[in-house]
Amino acid sequence: MAHGWEMQHDANVVVIGQDVGVNGGVFRATAGLQERFGKERVQDTPLAEATIAGMSVGMATHGLKPVAEIQFMGFLYPALDQIVNHMSRMRNRTRGRLSCPVVIRMPHGGGIHAPEHHSESTETMLCHIPGIRVVCPSSPQRAYGLLLAAIRDPDPVMFLEPVRLYRAMRQDVSDDGQALPLDVCFTLREGSDVTVVTWGAMTLETLRAVAELDKRGISAEVIDLATLSPIDIDTILESVAKTGRLVIVHEAARNVGVGAEIAALVAEHGLFDLQAPIQRVAGFDTIMPLFKLEHDYIPSAQRIIDAVERTFD
Amino acid sequence: MTTVAEFKIQYRQILGPQGEAVAPLPQFAQDAAEVLRMYRAMTLVRVFDAKAVNLQRTGQLGTYPSSLGHEAAHVGIGAAMRPEDVLAPVYREFGTQLMRGVTMTEILTYWGGDERGNDFAVPRQDFAWCVPIATQTLHAAGAAMAFKVLKQPRCALAYIGDGGTSEGAFYEALNLAGARALPVVFVIVNNGWAISVPVALQTAARTLAQKAVAAGIPGVQVDGNDVFAVREVVGAALETARRGAGPTLIEALTYRLSDHTTADDASRYRSGQEVKDAWALEPLIRIRKFLLTAGVWDAAMEQALLEECALKVDAAVTEYLGQAKPPTDAMFEHLFAALPARLREQRLIARKYGAKASDH
Repeated sequence: MAHGWEMQHDANVVVIGQDVGVNGGVFRATAGLQERFGKERVQDTPLAEATIAGMSVGMATHGLKPVAEIQFMGFLYPALDQIVNHMSRMRNRTRGRLSCPVVIRMPHGGGIHAPEHHSESTETMLCHIPGIRVVCPSSPQRAYGLLLAAIRDPDPVMFLEPVRLYRAMRQDVSDDGQALPLDVCFTLREGSDVTVVTWGAMTLETLRAVAELDKRGISAEVIDLATLSPIDIDTILESVAKTGRLVIVHEAARNVGVGAEIAALVAEHGLFDLQAPIQRVAGFDTIMPLFKLEHDYIPSAQRIIDAVERTFD
Repeated sequence: MTTVAEFKIQYRQILGPQGEAVAPLPQFAQDAAEVLRMYRAMTLVRVFDAKAVNLQRTGQLGTYPSSLGHEAAHVGIGAAMRPEDVLAPVYREFGTQLMRGVTMTEILTYWGGDERGNDFAVPRQDFAWCVPIATQTLHAAGAAMAFKVLKQPRCALAYIGDGGTSEGAFYEALNLAGARALPVVFVIVNNGWAISVPVALQTAARTLAQKAVAAGIPGVQVDGNDVFAVREVVGAALETARRGAGPTLIEALTYRLSDHTTADDASRYRSGQEVKDAWALEPLIRIRKFLLTAGVWDAAMEQALLEECALKVDAAVTEYLGQAKPPTDAMFEHLFAALPARLREQRLIARKYGAKASDH
């Protein structure tokens, strides 16, 4: 829906990727766009991720705003050379002469019984790259507003779309062209005893966990990180100053995960607000398993509840 | 078995190594002023190149990739392109860039370790040097896609080296350009060597031009030391692309008379005899002889040209050496259109600990 709005209002926005045309995308994210906007503005590309990213660089530096789809995050890696070496640094290395207003959308995370390589959440690889933004919405309405913001942003945005939200969540979205801000967190729920920072589909498990914690008399504040890089640490620090406790929840592996960066920033800037050690609830530092074990890999509400309770020990 | 596909690769040469015409001269080559323009450009590149190598040897420039021996390929292409077209160079194509308006000062600024050298005053639309191998071919294809979508009668031209043809991005770019009939021309400057690896170790293919066949686009070979042939073949390919008839792959055969860069020593891996033989075929000799034979050039004019080039190069060097080191803010200034709040703290740290702007 966000694609459609922005293509209607900005003639330079084009959609490219594998199966985004007639097929409307494997998750139907671009359904109907080719009929509305034609085959030039909604293009099926050859089956080659480096092509998708590399041609996006060429298109974006020469007047277009490509919104590219990578079919699954596990297939992003051939495109990384273009993202790291060109897209992220084009503006910097030309002193602003050329820039890359590109959005690369990709499904993120697991939990939908998909084949191997279709359930990865490797955002930390992207967050380490200077010069790009990494965004991950937590609901259909946020996906709409953040995608509009990403398309309108003059710099590259990696837009991670949690697959569990495609399937698990139905929400009426108002197609009003209203973008949400990038580079800021969203407080999904206010609370006074503990801050829980999460993003993407993990907001679902987190909200279930904090509902249970309510019954146990623990009031949790839930922060949706939304923009994973650069991190809006101020919102998190303000919350921690209020609650004195921090739990970070993410689906990606824990090792050098985005949670580690948040924990380090809070340790650097808010250590004396903390009444308990920071807890991380994350995917294991293993290969994302095939689907029989995927729900044992993805942090459960119970793991989140236990981590929060540990901060009260 | 029946034959379902076959191919042939054609080779174009107009000027032989002694400046003799081996094929009818194209229109532009019958215009003495135009030939002189190209010869002057080739000479300037050579004088500039020698100076740049010297600057590196004396610690006044970073690692520098010499273009010695590539002047015909680079100038022929520069002459064939239109100002509104887009160039996606590798890192050695100074001849094309100078003809398109990039200044010697900008070139030295970049290779002197300062991104300001990439902020070309002219041409604003050209890509800057591409150090990762072959990735620029996809940028050219993407730019060509933009021209097609925006219905602009412009072309993109990407350079690539012989070694670069082993990269996946090169095949992907040819494939994309062919499948969408994009207005783009790819030029392989086959100078025989990818640092120390000869073409024979890159591929079993008889020519690099035939790499076009699998992408369904035309591939042609040209004598890359012959500025007339390069300009003619590239010019024709650009016009084909411009009228919507799709891309072309051109292999320009030349020789890297220099080391790969100033950080390399080619004597470790190739024979002096090979280099000596290559010098006999180098591109300036033949066009100079052509001009002398045509009676529009003489020794005095040659001397005057060399002096004029030296003066221009010296002026650029003086300008380059006179530039102050960029402030530490330069690292943050163009990272994004607007610096995210998170990075302001680091900008302050850089300011506090950074070397003063006057420290070279």
